[in-house]
Amino acid sequence: MPDNVHNKQEFDNMLEREACMSETTEDQNVRVAAICDQLITLEGPLLPILHEVQEEFGYIPDGALQTIAKKLNLSRAEVHGVASFYHDFREEKAGKHVIKICRAEACQAMGADALGDQIRRHLKVDWSQTTADRKITLEPVFCLGLCACAPAAMIDGKVVGRVSADRILQKVGS
Amino acid sequence: MSIKVYVPLDSGSVALGADDVAAAIAAKASKAGSDVKIVRNGSFGMYWLEPMVEVETPRGRVAYGPVSTDDIDALFEADFLTGGPHKLYLGRTQDIPFLKSQSRLTFQRCGIVDPVSLDDYRANDGLTGLENALKMTDEEIVKAVTDSGLRGRGGAGFPTGIKWNTVREASADQKYIVCNADEGDSGTFADRMIMEGEPFVLIEGMIIAGLATGATKGYVYTRSEYPTAIDVMNEAIKVARAAGVLGDNVLGSGKAFDIEVRMGAGAYVCGEETSLLNSMEGKRGVVRAKPPLPALEGFLGRPTVVNNVISLCSVPVILEKGAEYYRDYGMGRSRGTIPIQIAGNVKHSGLYEVGFGLTLGEIVEQIGGGTATGRPVKAVQVGGPLGAYFPKELFDTPFDYEEFAKRDGLIGHAGVVVFDDTVDMMKQARFAMEFCAIESCGKCTPCRIGSIRGTEVVDKLERGEQPELQIELLRDLCETMKFGSLCALGGFTPYPVLSALTHFPDDFKPRALDIAAE
Repeated sequence: MPDNVHNKQEFDNMLEREACMSETTEDQNVRVAAICDQLITLEGPLLPILHEVQEEFGYIPDGALQTIAKKLNLSRAEVHGVASFYHDFREEKAGKHVIKICRAEACQAMGADALGDQIRRHLKVDWSQTTADRKITLEPVFCLGLCACAPAAMIDGKVVGRVSADRILQKVGS
Repeated sequence: MSIKVYVPLDSGSVALGADDVAAAIAAKASKAGSDVKIVRNGSFGMYWLEPMVEVETPRGRVAYGPVSTDDIDALFEADFLTGGPHKLYLGRTQDIPFLKSQSRLTFQRCGIVDPVSLDDYRANDGLTGLENALKMTDEEIVKAVTDSGLRGRGGAGFPTGIKWNTVREASADQKYIVCNADEGDSGTFADRMIMEGEPFVLIEGMIIAGLATGATKGYVYTRSEYPTAIDVMNEAIKVARAAGVLGDNVLGSGKAFDIEVRMGAGAYVCGEETSLLNSMEGKRGVVRAKPPLPALEGFLGRPTVVNNVISLCSVPVILEKGAEYYRDYGMGRSRGTIPIQIAGNVKHSGLYEVGFGLTLGEIVEQIGGGTATGRPVKAVQVGGPLGAYFPKELFDTPFDYEEFAKRDGLIGHAGVVVFDDTVDMMKQARFAMEFCAIESCGKCTPCRIGSIRGTEVVDKLERGEQPELQIELLRDLCETMKFGSLCALGGFTPYPVLSALTHFPDDFKPRALDIAAE
């Protein structure tokens, strides 16, 4: 029994937790491996695999990097290098709702800076952060191709144009 | 027979409520017992009228817009299903002046057809260019494209025919056509619009490129920010395969061509062709040094055509109507038409396809109708985040690759972003540097570090720390970035910065001094 564990009950709990954790990791590995098997025949399969893993788990779990690396005959560092290069791939789960506000020039011309400030103040988060209650993640985006109906945002994958702070907050119930 | 009602599926239209409008029309029609068939079309690109609803009537398609769900009851009361009068009535779609005055060659069917109906596409002369190309040799196709004067619409303006010829002459067991649909420039949405509204023209253009160069596999690399474009493209590819347009035997010719859509992951720099290729190969989207040219060593080291969406979409009309027909539009060395995207703070925002040669003033003031806020125009950024800011004094510049270059600007992907007089040009210059810092792939020091130093210099300028020295430093830094970067991200970031500094010097006065003076 490790030194910091004082009774059998605690020890049993610890073992149970570990078993539970390794089981989830095991399960995770199986799911990641299945995604790799499904996409490995593509020419240049890594990006499609990372997208699919993120679709499955909501982020790229740390353990997935090793599994992907093994399947594609790459080093874990190489896979990490790719995953961390792209803004889309998350290292942790996003909040329940994801608000992406366009910060690019066409939206700036229609007040996107003020919009971003208002939302950040209201939610008490900065760009690329999640509220303390894990309800909302706020992300900047540089162009949604909605430059003719600026300012624009994407809320949980749905686009909105000529949008105001009130409408954004209403859509996420905040 | 059921009445056809068109409600766009275009993201811009949906962002303004088109999905809800379509649902409300369907619900109301079923309640009223009207036999209505709702077609989700592409947008005509008149975004101040979106969601624009059209009804097919004996006198042609008539339009109403901008329609909100609150208008539906009144529209039914006004008998809009037979084209009845209503305050949102716009007349026949084809007669709307913004549309009527255009020369729509590339976008000729966008908005008119059901995007995923191959029958619609054929009924509007689609696939004629491909059928003609199938009767020609590869050399003849390349010659037609070269003679048309078509230049890369992504921004670089390199002659498309010459690029194709390099790939055609290269020998390899496998060649590729890669469509660069990574449209990340703010103020541009032409690629998105055509992929959502007329995907078959891109498919047709890519097949023709394949026939011309001997490539049998095509990829469309587009953005994760464009989910609807991805869905529509994938659906159209499926339809094209089922109809024998794509596959082992393109239209029964015995020639093979197939297309796959690939999604980027939110990296602006992947719009640069070599980092796009790295990204497709599953690597970090880092820029490659040239040579080797992608035309010789591109995707997976094989000869690859990398063309912008609009370049490829302009090919079918060239093969359909001939090189001369296309070349007759335009001015100087800028031949054919260009879909100008008018965005930002502008009254009539949208896509306007026309031959090269309109002046910037005509585009902003006449076609765009001035600012949306009604305030005076102060600056116009042309060509995306790496394009120069133009003051009103340069509004006589004709829309042409060379004319813009002469004025230290670029037309890029033809996005025009309008700002009113409330814009702070020092802030815009700082943003250009900040954007470069966020999106730099990190390969070249002037881009990676220079952009960070750039934001710091502007901050010091704003605080009034030795302003003259900062301006000198900023100009020097821009010089280094311009000549010391491998690609356009680091190399062109100086355009917005220097143009802001040159044309709007008053905005670069230290703020601290202003306060002191007060």
